[in-house]
Amino acid sequence: MIARARALPLTDDALVVDGVTVRLGGRTVLDNVSCSVRPGEFTGLIGANGAGKTTLFRVILGLEQPSAGSVRVAGGGSESSGRGGTDVGYVPQKFQLDPDMPLRGRDLVGLGLDGHRFGLPLPSRSRRQLVQEMLDAVDAGAFADARVGQLSGGEQQRILIAHALISRPKLLLLDEPLANLDLRSAQEVVGLVSRIAREQQLAVLISAHEMNPLLPVMDRLVYLAAGRAASGTAEEVITSDVLTKLYGHHVDVLRVHGRVIVVAGTGHDEHAAVEMGGASVEIV
Amino acid sequence: MHAVLRAIFEPGFFTSSLVALAVAVGTLVAIVAGVIGVFTVLRGQSFAGEALGDIGAAGGSSAYLAGIPALWGFVGVAVAAAGVMELIGIQRARGRDLATGVVLGAGFGLAALFLYLGTTYDNTTGATVTILFGSIFALNSSILPLLALLGAIALGTIVVLYRPLLLSSVSSELAAARGLPVRLIGAAYLFAMAVAVALSAVTIGAILSTALLVGPAATALQLTRRPGHAIVAAALIGIAAMWLGVLLAYDSYYWPPLRHGWPVSFFVVTLILIAYIISRTVGARRAVR
Repeated sequence: MIARARALPLTDDALVVDGVTVRLGGRTVLDNVSCSVRPGEFTGLIGANGAGKTTLFRVILGLEQPSAGSVRVAGGGSESSGRGGTDVGYVPQKFQLDPDMPLRGRDLVGLGLDGHRFGLPLPSRSRRQLVQEMLDAVDAGAFADARVGQLSGGEQQRILIAHALISRPKLLLLDEPLANLDLRSAQEVVGLVSRIAREQQLAVLISAHEMNPLLPVMDRLVYLAAGRAASGTAEEVITSDVLTKLYGHHVDVLRVHGRVIVVAGTGHDEHAAVEMGGASVEIV
Repeated sequence: MHAVLRAIFEPGFFTSSLVALAVAVGTLVAIVAGVIGVFTVLRGQSFAGEALGDIGAAGGSSAYLAGIPALWGFVGVAVAAAGVMELIGIQRARGRDLATGVVLGAGFGLAALFLYLGTTYDNTTGATVTILFGSIFALNSSILPLLALLGAIALGTIVVLYRPLLLSSVSSELAAARGLPVRLIGAAYLFAMAVAVALSAVTIGAILSTALLVGPAATALQLTRRPGHAIVAAALIGIAAMWLGVLLAYDSYYWPPLRHGWPVSFFVVTLILIAYIISRTVGARRAVR
């Protein structure tokens, strides 16, 4: 099911992306992309590196203006973007801090609450309590007082998720949160986010170039390829027909031991590629 | 007890109006530099701070040439240079050092010209030393109100912008995602830093001014895990270095064999270095544990 065919708008959606086109430096990065995310739903944004995942996030955050189309975030009120604060929680892809940076995980989570406010933060019991509750919710209490720059990748992810969630957004965007994690940490982060999504009726959009770790928890997915998108459940989208239309050339989908392998090209092409959930492997 | 005190404080220390002024100015400047310096280190902008100080030398020397207090020159030129650096794009990591370096070179060239002209006409080399290395005992109390005003403006900027500035210093991406105007915040900070550098230049000279900006801050970052504590610690370390520096410089008038007096800047900068080395050792030991 190609996303363009989806009936819009659904008023209870947490996020509606409607026909968004983005051109950067003469190149069309996103081409009429539409998708929507519902509250309490865990949605994967799947695509190879360079497919436009981060660009789509930037459009949703209001950091990139689309040349056509619109984005609507629940509770945001404004048509065009979620810019201006706390309606959208965001966990960026690259997050590298100096190990000497005098900032505890607790401080970073606190900045998620009021980092956009002017003036000095006044110490208050309710603020401390909110931060502690959030830290507990992501199981980060044990390392909340260490310098953020000295935490492991998985621990930093938890702190960043707490930072993003403490302002109670309706929508959480995670940009490739699993890219630099070992398998175990990745599973823990995925489990944590899907649990919070259900508990708090939070809409989650999580980008990944490798879909297999997300298959057990994803309610739906948005597949990005060549700037275009297809969305639906994994069964609906990850089919030879849908992906062939999306890529514009023949695509096979293999399901092996519960894993999905996407094979683009017939094997007679010069540039046939196997994509394991988007991560392409050239076959010569 | 009395003898010990007399050994530490040479005669006249507590009655000298020059010492009182030096301590007042030094305290004010150490607070401003310490607070602002923490963000300089967090943002990795020490090179920009160094450049602002060196460029400020051109301002201080031109003010000297024009016969007005050097502070006016330090501030005017440092703030203007901050504007130029912002326009060239100092906020972007790539090209940041290049832009800074180009402006720095031009500024120092001007300083060389003005100091050459000034000393040629006046036939004295005192101005060169004062502008480049400071002379806190030679201040005129008439600049106190301006110093206080500039310090208040710089500190006020930090107080108002504290949380957005901290967030964007930690991660410009996180700040931008919250809709914060990251570039504008960076520009406001750069101007506050220019003012802090100019104030430091008045006390320990244009060339050494970044030592007071970055040194206490870098020391404080080793000692605490919390940004608020780091700011307070940096200000206190700066004040301690300044007070001790003034005292040692005053006492050094009585030191054999020269009995001539050593520059305050030397003591302040050396004390900061010692504090930094100690904090690194303490920090490293903590990391091992």
